[in-house]
Amino acid sequence: MSASSPDSAIRLNRGVRALIYAVLIFFAVYYLLPLLIMLVNSLKPLDEITGGNMIALPQEWTIEPWLAAWSTAQIGVQPTGLAPYFINSIVMVVPAVLISTVLGALNGYVLTKWKFPGHSIVFGMMLLACFIPFQIVLIPMARILGLIGLAGTVPGLVLVHVVYGLGFTTLFFRNYYNAFPTELVKAAQIDGAGFFRIFFKILLPSSGPIIVVTVIWQFTNVWNDFLFGASFADADSQPMTVALNNLVSSSTGERPYNVHFAGAVIAALPTLIVYIVSGRYFVRGLMAGAVKG
Amino acid sequence: MTIQDAGRGRRRPGTAAVYAAPGMRERLQTWLPKLVLSPSFAAILIFVYGFILFTGYLSLTPSRLLPNLELEGFDNYVTLWGLPNWWTAITNLAIFGSLYIIICTVIGLGLAILLDQKIRGEGVLRPIFLYPMALSFIVTGTAWKWFLDPGIGIEHVVQTWGWESFEFGWIKDRDMAIYTVVIAAVWQSSGFVMAMFLAGLRGIDNEIIKAAQIDGASNFRLYRKIILPQLRPAFLSAFVVLAHLAIKSYDLVVALTNGGPGRATELPATFMYSYTFSRNQMGVGAASAVIMLIMIASVIVPYIYAEVRGGRDVR
Repeated sequence: MSASSPDSAIRLNRGVRALIYAVLIFFAVYYLLPLLIMLVNSLKPLDEITGGNMIALPQEWTIEPWLAAWSTAQIGVQPTGLAPYFINSIVMVVPAVLISTVLGALNGYVLTKWKFPGHSIVFGMMLLACFIPFQIVLIPMARILGLIGLAGTVPGLVLVHVVYGLGFTTLFFRNYYNAFPTELVKAAQIDGAGFFRIFFKILLPSSGPIIVVTVIWQFTNVWNDFLFGASFADADSQPMTVALNNLVSSSTGERPYNVHFAGAVIAALPTLIVYIVSGRYFVRGLMAGAVKG
Repeated sequence: MTIQDAGRGRRRPGTAAVYAAPGMRERLQTWLPKLVLSPSFAAILIFVYGFILFTGYLSLTPSRLLPNLELEGFDNYVTLWGLPNWWTAITNLAIFGSLYIIICTVIGLGLAILLDQKIRGEGVLRPIFLYPMALSFIVTGTAWKWFLDPGIGIEHVVQTWGWESFEFGWIKDRDMAIYTVVIAAVWQSSGFVMAMFLAGLRGIDNEIIKAAQIDGASNFRLYRKIILPQLRPAFLSAFVVLAHLAIKSYDLVVALTNGGPGRATELPATFMYSYTFSRNQMGVGAASAVIMLIMIASVIVPYIYAEVRGGRDVR
């Protein structure tokens, strides 16, 4: 890949070129507009949405909808706002991402540098696990979480996300370490370095990029998950996505659209920030998960 | 790789002689890797493969509210394929899946080709095309639910612009609602498909293109005869990823239409959930999950098999 230049050798005349820019800008607007509309409408009083125009800028700017979405909006039966659920999501995401990334790194290390008979079968099984439709595990998972006393809790969700994230984290590190020169590991072994010493002194120092890719991938997936949250959390442990859906579908009477939009932006904000700060790694994760998956 | 690492590599021949006799430590070293891997592998074995078997078994039992382990054969599958709701879900998946795959591929490939023409500002445009992929489907669904809502969304906006008779109420229309799911899903994923094709385009050797140009090939012919055929792997990846996302689609429908109006936007994933957890038909729900697994496996397994085999051939 590195050998090819970033631009193609196609030659075009000026008219065609202008047309290309027009189409590209049209699509940029198409992708950006929904986010802008969400933002603009989250800063409007409700009557400007119901009586006015969704695309217009607010005549009267207000952060009331944000405050309501955060701390007073009705979620299910409680008028708690999204705040407690935002915290649930954080408490769920941090350990789930850390544990699955550490395990993925160690698994990738074993599967590439300490190969054993059957290592490719083990890897193949972990790889296939990435793609199963989670509906196939919902029923037994609900039973097991009940049996071990983690049903309806945040630790239960952490366990679920670690288990079903392992396939991808292992895949990422396995592919990355596969390209890492095995001679270095062999040399260190001959020097008398052991399993963990080699990992910490030789592989880990050059694993920065893949750690970032994996953490971002896991963070995005776990934060955005809805199915597991909806299936295994109870009212106190629901993550943000489930709470947002409850906010939008539980309001009766006149719908506070501005509060819904504010809630949607709040739910999107963490992953959006991660994307803006480190989009390059996000794309690498997507591609590694898709093309090499 | 750092310079330090390279130094270690070079030191190797000198130290090769210091090879200790196998002892406790060495034996631990041979065990340790497997020991480290085993918790993860055990988890996958139980939580993925064990659970698949369990759900498969449940689909052969008369389980309703709770699992019932008495075998009754394929009755649930017969029931399932006799249910109008299931047929709605399957038909919707066929409509949604094919439109989603085709439209995403067309937009993704088109944008990738346009972006590949030495575009100034590519660094700004590319992230804009891709960011929806970072959002939760629940956020996308919530946003599009209100954009498509006739009362406040696109219909309302166009009417306030003066086109009084404009109507766009697909989301409330039983026959058209499934297409609103396509609209929202395409918005979210087409940029990602663009990125896959762009990576494919950047992987093509410019020399081949230059040679064809010297031979006098037009741009259109160039793409049709030389560039697109080389994008085969990108087409395949895009198809597999999109098909697999389509079969798994759940969150988006829940947030956008919640399966409605009526059951007009039911998909296999929403069917499975409602039959298992709200309608107390666990056996039928398990059977539908097994069908979903078979659908995904028939897309994914050949693909992974080809990738793994392809990788081995190279080495």
